[in-house]
Amino acid sequence: MFDNFINLWHGFAIAGDPFNILLMVVGILLGVIIGVLPGLGGANGVAILLPLTFSMSPTSAIILLSCIYWGALFGGAITSVLFNIPGEPWSVATTFDGHPMARQGKAGEALTAAFTSSFVGAFVAIIMITLVAPLVAAFALKFGPAEKFAVYFLAFCSFIGMSKEPPTKTIVSMMIGFALAAVGLDMVTGQLRLTFGFEELLNGFDFLIAVIGLFGIGEILLTMEEGLEFRGKAAKIDAKVVLRTWATLPRYWATSIRSCIIGCWMGITPAGATPASFMAYGIAKRVSKNGKNFGNGEIEGVVAPETAAHAAGTSALLPMLALGVPGSPTAAVLLGGLLIWGLQPGPMLFVEQKEFVWGLIASMYLGNVVGLLVVLTTVPLFAAILRIPFSIIAPVILVICAIGAYTVNNNVFDVVMMLVFGIAGYAMKKTGYPLAPLVLAIVLGDSAEEAFRQSLLSSGGSISVFWANPLVSTIMGLGILALVWPLISNAMSRLRVAQPA
Amino acid sequence: MKHLHAFGLGVAAALGLSAMTLQPAAAWEPTKPVEFIVPAGTGGGADQMARTLQGIIAKHSLMPTQLIVINKSGGAGGEGFLDVKNSKANPHKIVITLSNLFTTPLATGIPFNWKDLTPVAMLALDEFVLWVNAEKPYKTAQEYVEAIKAAPDGQFKMGGTGSKQEDQIITVALEKAIGKKLTYIPYKGGGEVAVQLVGGHIDSSVNNPIEAVSQWRGEKVRPLCVFDDKQLTYTDKIVGDLSWSSIPTCKSAGIDVEYLMLRGIFMPPGVSKEQVAYFVDLFKKVRETPEWQQLMKDGAFNQTFMAGDEFKTWVEGAEKTHKGLMQEAGFLAAN
Amino acid sequence: MQEAPHGAAAGVKQRSAEIGVGLFTLLLGAIVIYGSSKVGIGWGSDGPEAGFFPFYVGLFIAVCSLINLFSALREDPDAICSEWSQIRQVLKVLIPTAIYCLLVEPLGIYVPSIILIAVFMKWLGHYRWPITAAIAIGVPAAFYFVFEKWFLIPLPKGPVEALLGL
Repeated sequence: MFDNFINLWHGFAIAGDPFNILLMVVGILLGVIIGVLPGLGGANGVAILLPLTFSMSPTSAIILLSCIYWGALFGGAITSVLFNIPGEPWSVATTFDGHPMARQGKAGEALTAAFTSSFVGAFVAIIMITLVAPLVAAFALKFGPAEKFAVYFLAFCSFIGMSKEPPTKTIVSMMIGFALAAVGLDMVTGQLRLTFGFEELLNGFDFLIAVIGLFGIGEILLTMEEGLEFRGKAAKIDAKVVLRTWATLPRYWATSIRSCIIGCWMGITPAGATPASFMAYGIAKRVSKNGKNFGNGEIEGVVAPETAAHAAGTSALLPMLALGVPGSPTAAVLLGGLLIWGLQPGPMLFVEQKEFVWGLIASMYLGNVVGLLVVLTTVPLFAAILRIPFSIIAPVILVICAIGAYTVNNNVFDVVMMLVFGIAGYAMKKTGYPLAPLVLAIVLGDSAEEAFRQSLLSSGGSISVFWANPLVSTIMGLGILALVWPLISNAMSRLRVAQPA
Repeated sequence: MKHLHAFGLGVAAALGLSAMTLQPAAAWEPTKPVEFIVPAGTGGGADQMARTLQGIIAKHSLMPTQLIVINKSGGAGGEGFLDVKNSKANPHKIVITLSNLFTTPLATGIPFNWKDLTPVAMLALDEFVLWVNAEKPYKTAQEYVEAIKAAPDGQFKMGGTGSKQEDQIITVALEKAIGKKLTYIPYKGGGEVAVQLVGGHIDSSVNNPIEAVSQWRGEKVRPLCVFDDKQLTYTDKIVGDLSWSSIPTCKSAGIDVEYLMLRGIFMPPGVSKEQVAYFVDLFKKVRETPEWQQLMKDGAFNQTFMAGDEFKTWVEGAEKTHKGLMQEAGFLAAN
Repeated sequence: MQEAPHGAAAGVKQRSAEIGVGLFTLLLGAIVIYGSSKVGIGWGSDGPEAGFFPFYVGLFIAVCSLINLFSALREDPDAICSEWSQIRQVLKVLIPTAIYCLLVEPLGIYVPSIILIAVFMKWLGHYRWPITAAIAIGVPAAFYFVFEKWFLIPLPKGPVEALLGL
């Protein structure tokens, strides 16, 4: 433990080098650009800059690349808030309240809240990595298919049952998500399913295309219907918005702590940032006293998912370094980079490459602080984008959406799919079908089914594998609790009303 | 449209495209960025190799234009192969292959065959090793096989990458050789399989050396035998006195199974001889670089290099082998 | 979901819209059930087959769609979902966007983008030609540099780009 601190101090000395700080700023700025344009995933940016970094020392290179990663994480929130287009899966939950805030002219507040929460989440996760890295790696190893399925199950249960729409509409929406996720190759049997012989469907329906269509295009259609202007146009934008928002944020400390815990936990169990953000949002909505107002531009609804997503995204780097399993495509490319520099992620990395590992961890601290400062200065700039007249910004957004949809699989067919999703999103909004369950199902459906069937393969078809050990039973139990929680809390509040005397 | 034209010329001038104008020399050279299709997801063995190649070519300026890696993993890689097949006579596109060049069309019925592509070169062959968790008592392949034979069918779990692909083919061959069934559990990537093995969720794996080497160095997993007809040649120490070369062949342990995976390069159909020759030459240069040598050593690759007719004959043979193996295992698509 | 004003203006009825969406999801459910039945919907010796989950997912979609259809039939037959004027507004965006998406295949992404932005600015925004041209050409040009030159991501290109040798 004490060793860790000495090592970390050493790491700071390496990461604090002026050249490395410069690399951080460059990396963050590039990352923000990547995060803003949905077509440029973090993986692209990292992959393309990778060859350029070969001339640097591995530590400098990983600082540059991981700062692109941070920047992209920060940047993903920008389009979610401004245009309702989540650039990354984990920003979806941010749109639920972030975009309504922008429409009310509070884009600056929403962006400040999102950036600050990201920072808090990531920072807490880094502290956790510093203190308990070896324990965490050992914990991650306990997760087999059954445990993974339990985590997905928990994420679902804590999110559903929260919408105001009729339950049958919610079910239809979610089931369509599952059906879309199932299209393509079935991983377990290696069979093609639901492709009906169309080559375009081999890859299934990618989450990003669905989201760009449903949220981005759908939003533009809705805006058109309501008249030509974004309502946020008249927003007053000044630099003090950051400070004013900061003054209100400590109020949500409970939500922050809860989201940090959810995020760290989901990041280590390799479920990842997306379920973490949905779960944190769902729980915050149930627990918060403002819960009823979630979805109408509640700042707490931005804080919860952003904190959790970044805590998860950051803590997920630990299993990657300690076990060699990347948690996201971006992480996978980083991993490839490590190999080229002759660094082998895995159990020995922490022993053999101390300088590198602690340099990286120290750069996470510094990179996040630098990142927060950089992105906060851009808040007024980005909020000002909403002042651009709709007839200019709308076609530009459409072009960005089309590029984003194309680059997911380098497939022109996906651009047409995006349009279809856009029309579907508009129709669903107009007829009261909730979109969030559909999106959650597309994101998690595949992984959840895969984990479920892997578990059954290893248990020889016996369902009892889902309560075979204390860990998996606890998670499953929590999931069931989350599922029936609305009933319990209903009953409890009725009891309270019944005996006020 | 006038604006458009002016814009185009302006861009061309601004970019200094003059550098790309055709040389009068006879030999063909790429004039545009070359797309490098990876018919697999990011982070896998093929992707790592492609990105290393991209890095090496950029670092040593081996090509006048850039090499851009594009992942097309849909339908077990079928999407990537179809893309190349449909880019007839496009010399600015190459594809790296793994065994799914043979297994995907056979298992899924996706309409393509390696004959639809132009073979360029074999870069290397990837080895397969039988791994168990280091905490398990099995020190040799014989001991492990005895344990499997003593247990009921399906009790021992083998993890692998994907379904009806190389890992499962080897598993089925292994089952045939020892006369007992294993439970095969497919995962998305080789790294995940290695971690599941360390966590004790599966009993063994047939990971490629590069996928499991870091866990081996951490003494979390133990190699039992290599599915090749001779021992590996790399003698650098990895754990204690052990190196890749100290792993016995599976054949010597009484498991008569051999399997090597192609890491090769193909181009779209209809490209000219000069264009193929350019890329053969390019990869010859790549093989000389220290970075490539390092990758070969880290991953204990079999460094056989082939091009031209020799390569074509090899691929023909490999296709027959795969068809036979998959037919025996019952993996052929129904239609 | 905001309540539509009653009888204020003519337009698409909420009921018809709900019935339309209900029929569509019912069709989707049927397609999913059919598709999964082709790959096996049983529970094999080692867990569910490839079509097991999609089959029940399809079944759920179909059953819930029927319930939704039923409740839609009982809805107020006069409630308006969108007025005709609103529909016209939506179509003003939707039709150019649809044409745009279909043009990407033959023409690449840049030329249709220039046209799309120009059409929006000229037709909906009534901007003058110089500023329209500047933005319509400047934005795709900026994307060209960011994607193709900076991040080396090739976007779809058509005959015009080929002519210019880009």
